[in-house]
Order: sequence, then structure tokens, then C-alpha cells
Amino acid sequence: MSGGESGEVAVRMAGVLKCFGPVRANSDASLDVIRGEIHAVVGENGAGKSTLLRVLSGMYAPDGGRVEVFGRDVTGWSTADAIAAGVGMVHQHFMLVPTLTVAENVVLGREPMTGLTFDRSSAEQSLETLSRETGLACVPSRLVSELSVGEAQRVEILKTLYRGATLLILDEPTAVLSPPEVQELWRVLRTVREAGTTVILVTHKLDELMDVTDRITVMRHGRTVGGMRTRETTPAEIATAMVGRAVRLDASGMPVGSSGDDEGRGNDDDAVGATAGAPPDSMIVSSARDRITRSTPAAIISAPIPTYTDTPRLRIRSLTVAGPRSPRAVDDISLAIAPGEILGLAGVEGNGQTELVEAIAGLRAAISGTIVVDGTDVTRYSIGKRLALGITHIPEDRHARGLVLDYSIADNLVLGRQKQYSNSGSMNRARTLAFAVDRIRAFDIRPADPNAPARALSGGNQQKIVVAREMPADFRVLLAAQPTRGVDVGAIEFIHDQLRAARRAGKAILLVSAELHEILALSDRIAVMYRGKLVTEMPRAQASASVLGAWMTGARA
Amino acid sequence: MTATTRAAFEEGVLPTITALLVALVAGDLLILSYGQSPAEVWRLMLSGTWGNAYGIAQVLYKATTLVFTGLSVAIGLRAGLFNVGAESQLAAGGFCAGALGLLLPAGITPWLAVPMCVSAAMIGGALVGFVPGVLRARFGAHEVIATIMLNFVVLAFLNWAISATGLAVPETLHTPVVASSAIPRLAAYIPMFHGSAANGTIVLALLVVVISAWLLFRSRFGYELRAVGLQPMAAESAGIRVPRVWITAMVIGGAIAGLGGTNFVLGYKNYFEDGFSGGAGFLGIAVALVGRNNPFGVLLAALFFATLSQGGLAIHALVPKQMVEVLEGIVILAVAVSVPEVRRVLRARPRTPVATAAVEA
Repeated sequence: MSGGESGEVAVRMAGVLKCFGPVRANSDASLDVIRGEIHAVVGENGAGKSTLLRVLSGMYAPDGGRVEVFGRDVTGWSTADAIAAGVGMVHQHFMLVPTLTVAENVVLGREPMTGLTFDRSSAEQSLETLSRETGLACVPSRLVSELSVGEAQRVEILKTLYRGATLLILDEPTAVLSPPEVQELWRVLRTVREAGTTVILVTHKLDELMDVTDRITVMRHGRTVGGMRTRETTPAEIATAMVGRAVRLDASGMPVGSSGDDEGRGNDDDAVGATAGAPPDSMIVSSARDRITRSTPAAIISAPIPTYTDTPRLRIRSLTVAGPRSPRAVDDISLAIAPGEILGLAGVEGNGQTELVEAIAGLRAAISGTIVVDGTDVTRYSIGKRLALGITHIPEDRHARGLVLDYSIADNLVLGRQKQYSNSGSMNRARTLAFAVDRIRAFDIRPADPNAPARALSGGNQQKIVVAREMPADFRVLLAAQPTRGVDVGAIEFIHDQLRAARRAGKAILLVSAELHEILALSDRIAVMYRGKLVTEMPRAQASASVLGAWMTGARA
Repeated sequence: MTATTRAAFEEGVLPTITALLVALVAGDLLILSYGQSPAEVWRLMLSGTWGNAYGIAQVLYKATTLVFTGLSVAIGLRAGLFNVGAESQLAAGGFCAGALGLLLPAGITPWLAVPMCVSAAMIGGALVGFVPGVLRARFGAHEVIATIMLNFVVLAFLNWAISATGLAVPETLHTPVVASSAIPRLAAYIPMFHGSAANGTIVLALLVVVISAWLLFRSRFGYELRAVGLQPMAAESAGIRVPRVWITAMVIGGAIAGLGGTNFVLGYKNYFEDGFSGGAGFLGIAVALVGRNNPFGVLLAALFFATLSQGGLAIHALVPKQMVEVLEGIVILAVAVSVPEVRRVLRARPRTPVATAAVEA
């Protein structure tokens, strides 16, 4: 039932203009969606995807252009109008009440009543009916707080459908899901498509849309720059349209670093590197397998199997750490990272990776065990002392931990090293600015104004500040937690290049990522965390998304 | 105007101006409701304050205390702490200055006595600030609760210390006059200020304004303190010891509020009197808010509130002087409301990645 150009038009947006003060978030943006298709809107962060869809869902009134839904001119309608017309938006951050049950959340705002009291059983019944009709399984009586992220998202979709949505808009739906949950979401979306619902999906992950969508609209700098049928295009072609220039991709749609950054790997990258227009098949077949068989032994300094006979830069022995929800969020973990090695730590979020990284960075006290960096036991060191020793940290939540958003770029770049940029208690403005200008140039941070507040920057540029600060020449161990989360393709490429360069320079890197592609693309060795334990550890050669996925969900142990 | 100066203007100055305009209009309405001419009342208020030497001196005297308490609150807020305890810090500072004056030998030179008593005031205020700082840093007790409760404790203690221990002059609630630790009145140098309480403490206040500005915006400690106030988790990740910064900020804030006690005790009456703080500590919150937590803004806001307070006396013939208290309330409310609102209206820029990224493009 995939949409063809002949089908009935569900959405037609043309010439949409939306300004926020002096900023044009959308100018001449257009979108055509056919009834009953799964349609992706893709683009880098800040390309205007979310704005366009918020215009569609009635959250913003456009400053120009025309919006038609199911053949009706609805330009400038309200969210209430949109819901009444069957347009439902599932937001990136769920809007569910955790202390209510699934059924109560779904009917919230349209509760079935008997007299003045809420009719719970009828609510649960109608939800069960809906669940049966749509094939979206759920247990109406469970509390939302007990659900996994994937289940909560399903409740969001059910809630939208319960309100009679025939056009579903999902804003970055997979950002919080584990690989099996993503597969489950695709099954759900295909199911609702079979029932005649139209789905619009916002994403900046290329592999996802190849899986599930019928057609794709590409946005760049607030404009619509292209539309294509998924079957007739390739990830490289889409990426080129998104970025406006050729981007090198590996099989899974992750950008790869510029060639020659790893000796012995350069050849692979060229083979894999699918510049624009390469046929998709060759890309997908080569990649990982070739890379491993041909390049691994020569290129990587570390042994592929953890031997513990090397002198590791970072060695952790029997580390146990308490977390906010679990007294043993990190449960007796031992690992070692050699100089010039990237250890990828895979796992569904919330399985102790955060606590492990925080314990190494000094943000969280260890209950037992030791952390040793280059022979120095740092288990009892303060955060500042660890920093001085060369343990740096790209935190997973850059808005809370990585940056002081109201500080300028320059002030953020010296955060943690303010002692080096001050003389006898007084900050040295000149030296701070000179350093900032240098880092801004080296990392291509935009705008290139050291006095601009970090808050005004895009996600990718904000993350570049953090990366620039946490990767000075003399660091030893880098804890990179979700280093490219919410960052556009160009910046991902750049950050990956930096991580590879650091590996070449003999640094030890612990890479924690929810993106399996990222782990697979960068790591020399991969470990999986599940419920606080390191359940497996394997050389990159033995890893694949399906193997890791099984370990991550506890299916293998 | 560059983007940065414009942003600074929008965030720092505009809310205050808006608030003052709102208060002005509200004041007009109030005055009209008494059947008086707004122009006449405002004229009287100005002539009673900035219109003559005595009025100016009285405004300066009242502003001096407010500068100290306003800075005390502002420094706390910059560190992310809401110090509601400036009132008791002020009182404790005044008490320590007065009590040390009593203990010093009678013939001691002011060149020694004044610095000692000023230091005592700082230490007294710092101690009262230290307690909620430690409670917050070590036990997570919220500083608002701790400082409010400590106000009662300290003020009650000072009342007891004066009345039950024989420190006070019989039949009064103040200690005997101590001449040796007196800070000279301004009238000694500027004769037209004759009769006014304005005194040399004002020099100390200006000095503390400049030092605070340097501390907050130029020093390394200020860089760390503001980072802690804006984003404590980011500061923690950068190796800044957040609890230590909290304690230090409360100690510095307490010390500055304590210094304010010298204005009355050393500069005006030359004795400690129970209840002399009279709400100047609480008004410090308003001063900090209107001054946007900037030391120079605090200075201006202190002058403004002192003008209102002194002007209330001048307009009493036409409208009740409580009207200025209503105006104070309106200014505070208007600033509190306009800070985020003005920004939203002027920028109309939601905090979405879309909009912020487009700035860069």
C-alpha cells in the first residue's frame, strides 16, 4: 500500500514562511504527502523540519504560504482544529502522566463518564478494542511509570489514534529507543499504514528511513530542497541533499572520517566510502566485514582480545557504583583500555553506562573497586585532580553538564581550566580570547565569535565546544558519552574524525553511545552493559548490530 | 548596537525601565484616587529628596544600607542561592560592631577602633551567612528555609543579648554611646548636609560595589561562582567544588550585609539598637532584583528605593506615606514579571533547536 504519486493527497504545504524575530526557520518550504504512505522529512539539525511540522499541526501559524490537509485549506489553524481534523503529533518528549494507567492516559481529556465519575472499565474496554483493531499491544491497567520507553511511545501513538487521528506526525521517534524497540516501532507504523493512516516521520538518521518509508522530503536551511521515492534513492544521495555536499557514509548510514586518518584503514574507507551516487548494494555489503578482515591487525595498536597484559591507560577493577535507582547501578565491572584504543560500550540506556562514566570522571563515588590511569590510582581523586591528570569527559547531557549555556563560547572553552587562564585570582581575558579564537578556528565553531553565548549556537556547534575543550593535546583518557547525540551529519563526521585522530595519538577512549552504528564505526573492541554488568566483550571483528542487540536486551547471557 | 550589547540591554535594563513605567502609571492612579494631582505629588517627592541638600543626604544615608544588603542578596543569587537572611546578617553585623566598641578601651584612637569594629561587623554577618551555607552544602537543607528561620533565631538572640544581659542602657533597647569608634558624618566635610545621618560608610559602600563587580565578573572565583549559579552540574563536571562555592558565597554575602550594620551603628547613632535593621535586609531582595544582580545596578536600585522611602515623608501632606510602600511592591512585582516576559515579546524566539540553529546559518 505504499504511496504513489497517483494517490489522494493528504497534505500539501507550499511556500511556507515562518520567522522567529529576525530568524527565518522556514522560507519557501513545501511538503506533499499522499494518503496512506509513510513519509519522512529529513534534514540536519536546524534545517526547519520541526518548525514545518509544527505549522502543519497548528502549533505555529505560518507567516506566509499555504497549508492544505485532505484537500481543505487550513492555513493558520490551531492545534484544536488540527486534532479535530484528525492530525495528531507524537512529540519527542512524551506527554504522559506517569502516575496514571495506560488507559487513563489514553482517554485523558476525553474521559468516558458515568454521571460525574470517571468510567474506568469503559475506558479500558475502548482501549482494548482500539488495541485489537490497530494491532498495537498494550496492557490498559498498567501504570505509565512502569513502562519502557518503547512502550510509552506506543501509548502516545494509541492516544493519538484514540482521538481519531488519520494523519500521524512523529518527531524523532527513535531517538530514545533500543534497536529491537525501533524494529517494533516500524512494525507498528506499517500496521497503522495498513489501516489507512498517513504517517509523517521526522528524522536525521538515514538508515531508518530506508527501512520503513515510502517517500522522503529533504530540507536544508529552512527550505525544501528535494523529494524522492525511497526505493529509487540511496543514503548517499539523501545525505548529499541534506548537507549540500558529498558526505562519506558507511553501510549503516553513519558518516565516516576523511580518508587516511587511520593507516591501513584508508583503503577500506575508500572502498566503503560511497560518495554520492554509489549503488546502495555495494555500500551495504562491503563496510564492516571488509574493514575487519583486511585492516584490523595492522591498524590497531591494541590487541583485539582483552589480554590485560598490555599496560592499559585506563584500568578498572571490580568497580561497583550506586545509582539513583539501583544500589548497584555498576555491578563489579572490570575493564581496561590500551593506549590508542577505543572501547565501545553498548547497551540500552539506563543499564549503568551513565553511572560508570560518572564514576570514572569523579562525579559519583565508587562503593568498591579501583580506577587506575597510567599507573596512578585515581579512585579517591577529586574531579579537579582527575582533570589535571588528563581524564576528560564529554558528558551525555551537554545542556546540563557540558556547557554553561549563558556563558560565551570563550568562557565555555576554558571551563575546568580557568586556573590556567587567570593570573593571581583574576581571569585573563586576553589569553582566554586568544585561546578561544584558536579553538574556534580549529574546530570550525560557528558563529566564529568568542563572545557569542553558547545558548545561541546549534546543537552541533555547542557539542563542538565541548569536544574542543575536552580534547586538549595532553589528555590521557577520554570518556565520550553520546558524543554525537542530537548533532547534525556534518558535525558527526567532524567529531568522529577527532576521536580517530586521538586514537592515533595514543589516547584511550571509552565511547558510550546509544547508536550502535557509531559504536561499530569507531570501536576497536566492544563491550555490552546490561543491568549494571559487563555481559560480554568482543573484538570489533566479531560484533554486528544483531549480535550486540541480543546482548543488550539480555537475550544472550 | 551589536547583538551582545542589545541582548544585555534587553535583559539587564529594559525590564527595570518597564517596571518603573508601570509603577509610575500605577502611582498616578493611586494619587488620583486620593483626589490629588499626580504632577504635584511627584514634584513634592523630588523636591523633598533630590531638591535640597538635606534630602539628598538622607537618600544617600538610606541607600548606603540598601547597597550592602542588595549586594549580599545579589551575590547569593549569582551563585544560585536565595539569601533571605540579609536582615539578620545586617543586625548581627551591627551588633558585633557595637559590642566590640563597648569592649575597647575608652581612649582608643578611631584609626584603630573603626577598622576593628568594621571588621567585627563583617565577621558577625559572615557567621550568620555561614550557617545556612553549610547547612545547604553539607545536608542539602534549602537556604530559603534556613535563612528565614535563622532570621528569627538571630533577631531574638540579639534582643535577649541587649535586654537580659545588661548591655543596654536602662529603660531603652540600645547600648551606651561609644564615641571612639564613630565613623564621621558627611556634614563634617560638607556643611550643607548638616543634620543628616549620611556618613563615611558611603565610601565603604562604593568600595564594596567596585570590589563586588570585580569579584563577580573579573575574578576566577566569580567565574566559578556564576557557573555554579547558572549550571551547577556543568560546574561540577568542570571540577569546581560546588558546595565550597555555596559556602563561600553565603559567607561573603553575610559579611557584606554585616558591613551594612556599620552605617547605623558606627556612622549614625554610635550605639547598637535592637531592631535597627528595620526591614532594610528584606528590602535588599528588592534592590538585588531591580538591580538585576549587577553591583552597579544594585547601587542605582538602592538609590531608587532610598528615594522612594525618603520621598514618602515629603508627600505625606497630600497622600498617605504608605503609598510609597505600595509603589515599592508594584516595582518589585513588575520587575519579577517583566524579566522573562519582556524578553519573550521582544525576541519572539522560542527555545527550539530550529530557531537557534538558524541564527548560525
